[in-house]
Amino acid sequence: MSSDEPRQTIHGSTAPSTDTREARMGEGVDDRFNSKLREAFGTSPFILTKFDQFMNWVRGNSMFMLQFGIACCSIEMIHTYAIKHDVDRYGAGVPRASPRQADVMIVPGTIVSKFGPRMKRVYDQMPEPKFVVGMGSCTISGGPFQEGYNVVKGAEEIIPIDIHVPGCPPRPEALIYGILKLQERIQNGESSPVVVKPYELEEFGDLPEDELVQKLASEIDEDDLVMRYNWADSP
Amino acid sequence: MSTGIETQSDAETGEAELEALIGDRALARDEHLNAPGFVVNPDDVQDVLFDLRDEAGYDHCSCVTAQQYEDRFETIYHLKKYADPTDEVSIVVPTPLSDPVSKSAEPVYRTADWHEREAYDLVGIGYEGHPDLRRILLPETWQGHPLSADYDQEKPQVVTLTEHANPLESDHRDPESDTMFLNVGPHHPATHGVLHVKTVLDGETIADLEPDIGYLHRCEEQMCQQGTYRHQIMPYPDRWDYVSSGLLNEWAYARAIEDLADIDVPEYAQIVRTLGAELCRIASHMLALGTFALDVYGEFTATFMYTFRDRELVQDILEDLTGQRMMFNYFRVGGVAWDLPEPREDFFEQTRDFLDELPAKVAEYNDLITTNEIFQTRCIDTGVLEPDVAKDYGCTGPVARGSGVDYDLRRDDPYGYYENLEWDVVTRDGCDNYARVLCRMEEVEESAKIVEQCLDLLEDWPEDDREVQANVPRTLKPDADTETYRAVEAAKGELGIYMRSDGTDKPARFKIRSPCFSNLQALGEMSEGEYIPDLIASLGSLDIVLGEVDR
Ligand code: SF4
Repeated sequence: MSSDEPRQTIHGSTAPSTDTREARMGEGVDDRFNSKLREAFGTSPFILTKFDQFMNWVRGNSMFMLQFGIACCSIEMIHTYAIKHDVDRYGAGVPRASPRQADVMIVPGTIVSKFGPRMKRVYDQMPEPKFVVGMGSCTISGGPFQEGYNVVKGAEEIIPIDIHVPGCPPRPEALIYGILKLQERIQNGESSPVVVKPYELEEFGDLPEDELVQKLASEIDEDDLVMRYNWADSP
Repeated sequence: MSTGIETQSDAETGEAELEALIGDRALARDEHLNAPGFVVNPDDVQDVLFDLRDEAGYDHCSCVTAQQYEDRFETIYHLKKYADPTDEVSIVVPTPLSDPVSKSAEPVYRTADWHEREAYDLVGIGYEGHPDLRRILLPETWQGHPLSADYDQEKPQVVTLTEHANPLESDHRDPESDTMFLNVGPHHPATHGVLHVKTVLDGETIADLEPDIGYLHRCEEQMCQQGTYRHQIMPYPDRWDYVSSGLLNEWAYARAIEDLADIDVPEYAQIVRTLGAELCRIASHMLALGTFALDVYGEFTATFMYTFRDRELVQDILEDLTGQRMMFNYFRVGGVAWDLPEPREDFFEQTRDFLDELPAKVAEYNDLITTNEIFQTRCIDTGVLEPDVAKDYGCTGPVARGSGVDYDLRRDDPYGYYENLEWDVVTRDGCDNYARVLCRMEEVEESAKIVEQCLDLLEDWPEDDREVQANVPRTLKPDADTETYRAVEAAKGELGIYMRSDGTDKPARFKIRSPCFSNLQALGEMSEGEYIPDLIASLGSLDIVLGEVDR
């Protein structure tokens, strides 16, 4: 049979790809290949789906995390990336050093006043759609440092958070569970709403005039970005 | 060996000499449990410190504590000798509430620069003659000094986000020369956390450099001052140097409080402590090694993963012992929380297995890393820190030992069970990044030796004598106005704690002397005039942990 002749055996068959694969695999199909996706395909190589759903499915299964170490929790986060726990198994294992290339940010640690504006900036630099995992008690409430004069009482005061993983620090297993839950949410097209947060980055000139603002007026330019912490209103 | 009696008379002659040296500049005497204290007039501090450094040999300004009393501010300089850290003296400088200014110690000890800035920032004491008295931990626009008595935590604060200006710009005289300002951090993969290094580059060379810290200032001192001695403080040390060196840090607090409240720790508990602490040191040095390899030749695959594999093994052992992977909270005042896990044989076997495999692994690391040509090119003769400079900046730990400063508190100011074990202090005189890395690797081997001996001792320990905790009252209330400053050799160097009691069950002042804080200060000295890639290598070899730098 020369190659310019049509291959009759393939014509009219409904299972060409399976045949080829089985031929390659030898005896039977290995369990490893029986993915959920494959099951969904059934015997037909076509799928019919909504584009949005497909995109969400893709997004959830290929998450690029931001390499973002803040405090103690980041050590457990590194362990989650590293050998033994290896979160790459879930398609989320190559941390990106630049926020411009990342779509998930794990916030692993305590946010203090000086870092708040920087974290907001990094978050803003990430392209849409973006998701945030809050890791550890500190990102929930300030954790063990909740009463500190310099500690933001939870990262949610500044940026929206999709998944909270409690613990001090959460074990790698817990973080993986959080990441899986996030995948699930992304696949379902859910994300936490972007609303106005108690602490926003704004121009100094836009702050309501009060004693503190007057005092600082000589030090800060009108158009400098600032974050104002109203500690008395914190949870 | 000297007997106890001789040591005491030594100390007495030492004190008499000090009294003679300071003379009538001493307004009064102050009793600290660890050292003789001399109260000195704010104007005389500098002279007294110069004399103490040059004539009496106190070349190590270990810590500067600032605090507020009802009627005065006070700065305490805790001085030691690198040759003998048990020879200590405290210089106490009271300043009035209305005008809290004393002379700066910066001309005497370079390390006082940052320490005094911190004192100014948190407590609000001014230092005359300080080269650059700005806030260091809190943002520059912060209002008030949080550890002073009248601070109101509820007041709002405004923090700016500015892209810092080039500090050298105004010096541009020659139109040909132009420098570039570059921010490294606070979110940067090579800064090991949230450190911000402001650098000014002239081509590839660093013309000016300033580490900007405080992005992780979590009010650790305030937290400890709000906790009761007995149980509420111990969880916090785990979070200072958080790369699994928790037990080493807990020991710093344990040592200070046991000194303050006069508690004896059972011998058995001391061995368990020593065992745990050295395992922590291994884990911590492994992380230093892995991240350093990552920094200098982008090695995310082999070396980094190997070190993390070994860390996982240590963490498993520590988890069996303490119940947690990182934040152990295992020490108790007067001992440890519980005995070794049952069945003991399994624990011994698991730990011995790890130790048995360690030499082969260390050899592998040497094959992979230290004998690697690329690695050597990046490390040898870069980031040079001369011993004198290291001492001036108060460097300790592997950073000092890599510069040939033979200083290790485990040997020089013994605590725990170290005295009775066979091990060596590792020093290297390369003074460069390479020496610091080798120093850590050899320390891993020494720690393994210590762990091994502890295991032998624990295995043979008679069953009816396994006392893990001394009998400590439920509430600890050390006598009012007892003060002490105690340090231990943590993974990064000398970790000290100053505590003053006021008769209640909480400390009136709790000050942490962090080794990384002092070590990081030397970064400028190591990097200015060098290439920018060497800055990254130097930063990695300093092995700082921001939780401990900022506290
Ligand atoms: S939650 Fe605990 S471990 Fe995590 S950053 Fe906060 S203090 Fe550290």
